[in-house]
Amino acid sequence: MNLLSRRIRIEARLDNPGWIGVVSSILGIVLALIVGGFVLRAAGANDPIGTYQEIFKEGFGTPADWQAGITALLANTDCPKGSLCFGPLSDTLVKASPILLTALACIIAFRMKLWNIGADGQMFMGAWAATGVAVFLLPPTTDRPVMLAAMALAGILAGLLYGAIPGFLKARLNINEIITTLMLNYIAYKWMEYFVVVGPWSIGDFESTGKFPAAASWPRLTELSDRIPVLSGLTVHPGIFLGIVAAILLAWILYRSRWGYEIRVIGNNPKAARYAGISLRRNIILVMGLSGALAGLAGMNEVAALRELNGRFQRGFGFTGVIIAWLARLNPLAAILVAFLFGGLIVGTQLIQPQGIASMLQGVILFVVVGTELLFHYRVRVEKIEQVTAAPEASP
Amino acid sequence: MTEAPNAFEMRGIVKRFPGVLANDRVDFACQVGEVHALLGENGAGKSTLMNILAGMYRPDVGEILVKNQRVSFHSPQDAIAHGIGMIHQHFMLVPSHTVAENMVLGLNQPRFLLNLSHIEEQVRALGEQYGLVVNPRAKIWELSVGEQQRVEVLKMLFRGAKVLIMDEPTAVLTPQEVETLFLTLRDMIKQGHSIVFISHKLDEVVSIADRVTVLRYGRVTAANVPAQGTTKSQLARLMVGREVLFLVEKEKIEPGEIILTTDRLCAYNDRGLPALRDVSLQIRAGEILAIAGVAGNGQRELAEVLTGLRSATSGSAHFEKTPLDNHTNWLEIGQHLAHIPEDRAAVGSVPSLSIAENLILKRFKRPPIAKGWSINKAAVRQNATRLVQEYNIATPTVETPARMLSGGNLQKVILARETSEKPKLLIADQPTRGLDVGAIESIHRLLMEHRNRGAAILLISEELDEIFSLADRIAVMYEGQIVGEMPAEGADIHQIGLMMAGVKAEA
Amino acid sequence: MTGNELFVLAVTILFGALVSGTPLLFATMGEIFSERAGVMNLGIEGMMLVGAMSGFAAWFKTGNLLLGLLAGMAFGALLALLHAFITISLRADQVVSGLAVTFLGTGLSSILGQPYVGQRTPPPTTLVLPILEHVAAEQLIIIVVGLILAPLAWYYLNRTRPGLNLRSVGEYPSAADSLGINVLRTRYLYVIFGGAMSGLGGATMSLITDPGWVDGKTSGLGWIAVGLVIFASWDPLRGLWVSYFFGLLRRLPLDLQNPALPLISTANNPSLGRLMDMLPYLATIFILILGSREALRKRLGAPAALGVPYVRGERGL
Repeated sequence: MNLLSRRIRIEARLDNPGWIGVVSSILGIVLALIVGGFVLRAAGANDPIGTYQEIFKEGFGTPADWQAGITALLANTDCPKGSLCFGPLSDTLVKASPILLTALACIIAFRMKLWNIGADGQMFMGAWAATGVAVFLLPPTTDRPVMLAAMALAGILAGLLYGAIPGFLKARLNINEIITTLMLNYIAYKWMEYFVVVGPWSIGDFESTGKFPAAASWPRLTELSDRIPVLSGLTVHPGIFLGIVAAILLAWILYRSRWGYEIRVIGNNPKAARYAGISLRRNIILVMGLSGALAGLAGMNEVAALRELNGRFQRGFGFTGVIIAWLARLNPLAAILVAFLFGGLIVGTQLIQPQGIASMLQGVILFVVVGTELLFHYRVRVEKIEQVTAAPEASP
Repeated sequence: MTEAPNAFEMRGIVKRFPGVLANDRVDFACQVGEVHALLGENGAGKSTLMNILAGMYRPDVGEILVKNQRVSFHSPQDAIAHGIGMIHQHFMLVPSHTVAENMVLGLNQPRFLLNLSHIEEQVRALGEQYGLVVNPRAKIWELSVGEQQRVEVLKMLFRGAKVLIMDEPTAVLTPQEVETLFLTLRDMIKQGHSIVFISHKLDEVVSIADRVTVLRYGRVTAANVPAQGTTKSQLARLMVGREVLFLVEKEKIEPGEIILTTDRLCAYNDRGLPALRDVSLQIRAGEILAIAGVAGNGQRELAEVLTGLRSATSGSAHFEKTPLDNHTNWLEIGQHLAHIPEDRAAVGSVPSLSIAENLILKRFKRPPIAKGWSINKAAVRQNATRLVQEYNIATPTVETPARMLSGGNLQKVILARETSEKPKLLIADQPTRGLDVGAIESIHRLLMEHRNRGAAILLISEELDEIFSLADRIAVMYEGQIVGEMPAEGADIHQIGLMMAGVKAEA
Repeated sequence: MTGNELFVLAVTILFGALVSGTPLLFATMGEIFSERAGVMNLGIEGMMLVGAMSGFAAWFKTGNLLLGLLAGMAFGALLALLHAFITISLRADQVVSGLAVTFLGTGLSSILGQPYVGQRTPPPTTLVLPILEHVAAEQLIIIVVGLILAPLAWYYLNRTRPGLNLRSVGEYPSAADSLGINVLRTRYLYVIFGGAMSGLGGATMSLITDPGWVDGKTSGLGWIAVGLVIFASWDPLRGLWVSYFFGLLRRLPLDLQNPALPLISTANNPSLGRLMDMLPYLATIFILILGSREALRKRLGAPAALGVPYVRGERGL
């Protein structure tokens, strides 16, 4: 009896072209937009493409805007009426700075297969510490650079400690860091609420610390607008450089330093790492500490931009960081670009109804990226099952 | 002599896997009420053949008859439905469940509610019938290995198996447990069962089997040989053959200083059974000592003890004058001691890192690779380029990830990494397993080069051809002991084959 | 405060704990089944949110409470199906897929739930009971459902064949496979079941225990459930107690708002309330620390194959 049939097999791929990562990320975004379009329809928005165009315009501006802006820059005139010039770009950069830092926090941890989902909480703690320094520790007359540096240091230290705790628990007691970092998120939210909403830091009945002294906030590009008029209204601040510098530093650590080598070996094959005499325990704590520090710095970044700390401090940057890290394929330099794009997404969707579209898009993107992650390791093959025929052979 | 009917028959079985012909037109049959041993070295095709019979694989060509009816098995369940059950080397028992729960897993009856006490009763009764006493309430992880094996046997009997295939059953048993097992098997035969006994151990085969069939390189070299009346050396010859495939130029070298000694080394394996029993060895500079033996007789544990991955329970080992024990500074000794591990993918390499980065795994903390806190990229690349050339590693670039290499080239990377700093002692555990001819040749050449420049090499291998072409001296390991040691020149391959199969040297 | 008043307060708190703990119970129970089969689903929060929103919407459109609960289950299951496909068939990483489910569920429920924010809620059917006075019958019913569900789940898991199959798949899938059990199909089934239960938990919240829909309704309950499964040692009966305990922890800040309470009234001491809010999360971590030791001692570990995609080996099983 002849049997001929086909079978679909998923088998391990031996070659691994780098373009797969880029393609799958792009695919993720495209698919997300498509799915998002359907969801928008279901929610009553009748023109998804128009909505997307709006989002892009709000987030980045149109090429016409950019052109107008460049012209105004060169001619040293005001931004012409009706044009947005660099406005959206500036807003996007502002939004991108904290999520770049949280993405970097996730990247360094994920590289070692440490699932730090607590970047949000670490960011909150950093914001809390930076506020403490700015409002209660240093006198309001402190010089701006000193103040900002102190705040940054506070944010880093707070985040570092808050990240090292789950690291320690994992290294010593092998406790799942996913749960501990998650729980610590909520504890950090409540901690902040305690101080700012009902507790010692709140001013009067307001759930806020009140405005920081001027020195405890970022200088803005718009402060230069008397000399360069087109910069008027641009709120972008040096915080974005914190992220870029951190990304470059992280890239150096990962790809050029001895420590980075250890991290990559552990994340790739812990057995081989042990074989090479690399200490797993020490690195777990160190990497979680660094991860927390970066997220804590993001907190300082935000709080210096907001110039106050109140009960409406945005949650969720840590989780966005996870997505950016994943989309950037855990590459710190790629994260800069992805964070910029996400910043645009967030800014662009701020005024769009319905709210929550950013989160939904993020979810779909992550799904598609995770699903196509598969392409990295496997290959789908359709093969014929061999015929099984009876071939009676005369026995020797 | 009346011929008993065949419990089953396999005719003309051919089975191919990528790159290897596991079964080459094999005929195999087993009579009702007999113990039929399937003898052969590792890789001879025994397990594959029996996996086909047990319904795990489908043969590419050939047919199977059970009680003279053509059958076609699509799954192990089909085989069991026809009364054929297999007990693997790795038991298919859920450790945290009880014996009774394992017994009843996957059956159709009872359909929904499990009356465990009823099942426990059945297990008890069955156990008594066959003399396989085991506590049905015990959890599997609480049982000894011998008891677990009993559960596996009972599991098959519970499902009505008439033919039992046992894959290297004594590998995990103590001598007493082996005796008990043999008594049980004899008992089962009387009750009308048939047993296929896969093994590489001649003594046991001769002791328990009625007939023996020998496989070598996928082919039957002897069929249905009655166990009584055949000499062990005849069987050994059929098992290991006499061809030597590779001949490497061997310089005559005067061995130098003693580099490695072990003195009555003892150690346990992962299961807590003794794996090394009073192993005493000595290797000098410029010589290759090969450990011959079927894998699983303690060789891996020996390599692990000598490289700090396992603690010895008694006895000692010394690298030159330095003792190798819990206090050894392995990072430091690592400069002089090279280890080619048995499992190259799992322990030996870091798959997603580039070849260049894999090559510095042991050296990244020291200059010239280390430059302060950073890694000297230029030095890494230089090192890699040099090694790739020297060791003839086939790769598009040195930045290619290690997982994209073929097995042979990956092994060369590991060799390069381990031996590029001219170690004094090299421990190679199955270095050419699974590699093609070309790769094997290169690795043999490399080992020879190191030997010629004065390294002491401990070569652990299952391949007698390899051992004969490389070794200066040969030691045979069986069940954790050195059962024989001799110079390679003039060694009798049949004698070695016998020793590998557990037969003490005959006068 | 008189003794009698304290007694009434205690009973009220107890009842509140049961009510508050029941959504947790459902979600935890579902995840226990999923993880016992070997698949970790971090998307519980997303599934609960989707269940809460869709359940509320279904009730709102039809007026039928039961339909609402079923809708919640259905949509939770749907989300879980996505997770199942990605982690079981595509063998992608379970952690990230679970996170994606959470994001997706959060976003979807937020967007599609817009029109339902602040709308009228299902009117409770009031019963008059001794001590507790006015009690919603629906709440009483789902408490009973939960109390029945847990021992039923235990029995299913430990005394039935499907339960045995489930446990084997999560402990040693190769053995189960070798005996004819379809590992992949089993895992699919229980992951989807877990999603349905989480959806039910969410719908229970928005329809019965805390009626109404707002964005982010479950406020992290789903994450607690992930920890609870570990704390409950993957045992449904233990899950019962643990869920109610956490229900208690969540209710305490509210219940203690009576200003007449000496010392511990949260109305007088709002900061105390915030600190008490931290309790459930601190408790989870604390429990994990305790559990890490206990597990070593009592060998009550996670299902051995949890988190590992099942691949049938090429050469043999």
